[in-house]
Amino acid sequence: MVRPLLFTEKEGVFVEKAMKRYMPIFVLPTFCAFTLGFIAPFIMGIWLSFCKFTTVTDAKFVGFSNYIKAFQDTVFRHSFWYTALFAVVSLVVINVFAFALAMALTQKMRGTNIFRTIFFMPNLIGGIVLGYIWQLIFDGILSNYNTALKLNEWLGFWGLIILVSWQQIGYMMIIYIAGLQSIPGDVMEAAQIDGATSWQRLWKVTVPMMMPSITICVFLSITNGFKLFDQNLSLTAGEPAKMSEMMALNIYNTFYGRTGWEGVGQAKAVLFFLLVVMIGMLQLRATRSKEVQQ
Amino acid sequence: MKWKNKLSWAGTGIFTILGVVYILPILVVLINSFKKKVFINKEPFTLPAEKTFVGLENYRAAIDKYELLSAVGWTVFITIGSVLVILICTSMCAWYITRVNTRFTKLVYLLCVFSMVVPFQMVMFTLSLIADRTRLNTPWGIIIIYLGFGAGLAVFMFCGFVKSIPLEIEEAAMIDGCTPLRTFFSVVLPIMKPTYISVGILETMWIWNDFLLPYLVLDLNKYKTISIIIQYMKGSYGRVDMGAIMAALILAIIPVIIFYLSCQKHIIKGVAAGAVKG
Repeated sequence: MVRPLLFTEKEGVFVEKAMKRYMPIFVLPTFCAFTLGFIAPFIMGIWLSFCKFTTVTDAKFVGFSNYIKAFQDTVFRHSFWYTALFAVVSLVVINVFAFALAMALTQKMRGTNIFRTIFFMPNLIGGIVLGYIWQLIFDGILSNYNTALKLNEWLGFWGLIILVSWQQIGYMMIIYIAGLQSIPGDVMEAAQIDGATSWQRLWKVTVPMMMPSITICVFLSITNGFKLFDQNLSLTAGEPAKMSEMMALNIYNTFYGRTGWEGVGQAKAVLFFLLVVMIGMLQLRATRSKEVQQ
Repeated sequence: MKWKNKLSWAGTGIFTILGVVYILPILVVLINSFKKKVFINKEPFTLPAEKTFVGLENYRAAIDKYELLSAVGWTVFITIGSVLVILICTSMCAWYITRVNTRFTKLVYLLCVFSMVVPFQMVMFTLSLIADRTRLNTPWGIIIIYLGFGAGLAVFMFCGFVKSIPLEIEEAAMIDGCTPLRTFFSVVLPIMKPTYISVGILETMWIWNDFLLPYLVLDLNKYKTISIIIQYMKGSYGRVDMGAIMAALILAIIPVIIFYLSCQKHIIKGVAAGAVKG
C-alpha cells in the first residue's frame, strides 16, 4: 500500500528526498567556483600572512613578523587615520544630504521623479571613470589658484569627499525615500493633531521611525568609505608622496610596489579584513539597540 | 492653498537648478571630448570655439590608438556572460540549500553570508595567483571567478526570496511527477522573476564598473576592459592624450546611461532591495 507521504511525514521531507539526488547539478557548480574564487584564496591568504614569499612556492613560515612590520609601517598607520577620518566625514556628509533630499523629494512637488532619476545617476558610473571626471574639474578650478589636487593631501581629501558624496548621495536617498514612504500616515497625522511643530515631528516621529533605514545607510557608507579603492587610485593615486593613500590602496601598493613585502601586504590585508568586520558588527549592534528602545 | 502651490513651484525651480548642477561634471567631460587636446587642461570650462573644436577626432584617436572598441566588446562579453552564469547557478544553489537541510547546506549558506563582508584586498593576491595557475586569466575563465566571488550576495538574496515561497507549490509539482530540475525551471524560476531582476542589476553594475579584479586576473597583453584601458591611458608615462581620455570616459558612460534610462524603475527597486538585505 502506498503511504500518503504528505500527511505522515514532516513538512518538506518529500521535496527534500526527491531533491537530494540532484545535489551535484544544483549546488556543485556554484560551490566549486566559490571554493576557487573565495574559500581557497581566503585560507591561503591567512596562511601566507604568516609567511615570507614572493611566489607561493617559496613561502617560508615567519610567525608574526609580517604583522609587526605592518604595525611599524608609518605610511600604513597614516593611511589608517586618513581612511578613518575619511569614512567618518563622508558618512556625515552623505547621510545628511541624502536624508534632506529624500525629505524634499517626498513632498508634493512637480517633477520629483525626474529629480530622483538625476540624483541617482552618478551611482552607476564606475570608480575609475568618476575619478578622472572629477580630476578634470578640480584641477581646472585649482589651476586658477596655482595649485593642483595632487600637490596637497587635504585638497585630495576634500576632493575625494565631494566625489564620493556625488556618487553615493543618490543611492542613500533612494533607501531613505523607501523608508519615508513606509511611515504610516496616521502617525504623522496624530502628531500634527497633538500640536507637534514640524521640527518636533521630524525629530520625534520621522527620525525614530526611520531608524532601520538609517542603520542601513550608516553601515553602508562607513564600509564603503573604508573599502574605497578605485576612486582613490584614479583621483590622486595617493599623491603627494603617499599622503592621500587610503588603506585599500596602501595594501595594493605593498603587494605590487615593493618586492619582498608581499607577506606584509597580506598581513595588512588580514588586519584590514578584521577591521571591516569589526566595524560592521559594532555598527549593527549599536543601531539595533537603538531600534529596540523606541 | 494658493500659497502652498507657489511653494511647490519654487521647490521645482530650485531642484531644476540643483539637478543641472548635479549633472554638470558629466557635461563638462562631454564638452571637452570635442576640444583639441591641448586646450582641455588649459581651459576646461569653456565651450569649444572655432579654434578649439575638433569634431570627433578624439573619439577616433581613442578607438584607433587604444583599441577601445575591443575593450568595450570584452567588457560587454564579461558582464553579460558572468551575470547570466551567476543568475542560473546561484539561484539553483540557493533553492537547493534552502529546501534541503543538511550540515553541508547550512555551511554553504553561512560561508556565502560571510563572504559578503570580506573586502577584496583580503583575497586579491592569492586569487590572482590561483587564476594564473588554473589558466582562468581569459574572459571565459574570469566568468568562473566572478561566479565564485559574486556568489555570496546572489545566494543570500535568492535564499531570502525562496524562504517566502510556499513549499506546497513545489510539492504539488513533484507529486505530479516533475523532477527537481523541471520543478525548478518551470515552477520556481518564474516565481522568482523579481529577484532575478534585482540580482541581475546589482551584479551588472558591479561587473561592468569593476576595475581591480579584471586588472589582476586577466592576461593584460590580450584582454582589457574599459576601466583598465582608461587607467592605462592616464597611467602610461610620457604624453597623456587628454582628448582620447575624454572620449573614452564618454564612451564608458553612455552605455550605463542608456541602460539606466531604459530600465530605471527596476534599477531603483533592485538597489533598494539589495541594500535592505545587504
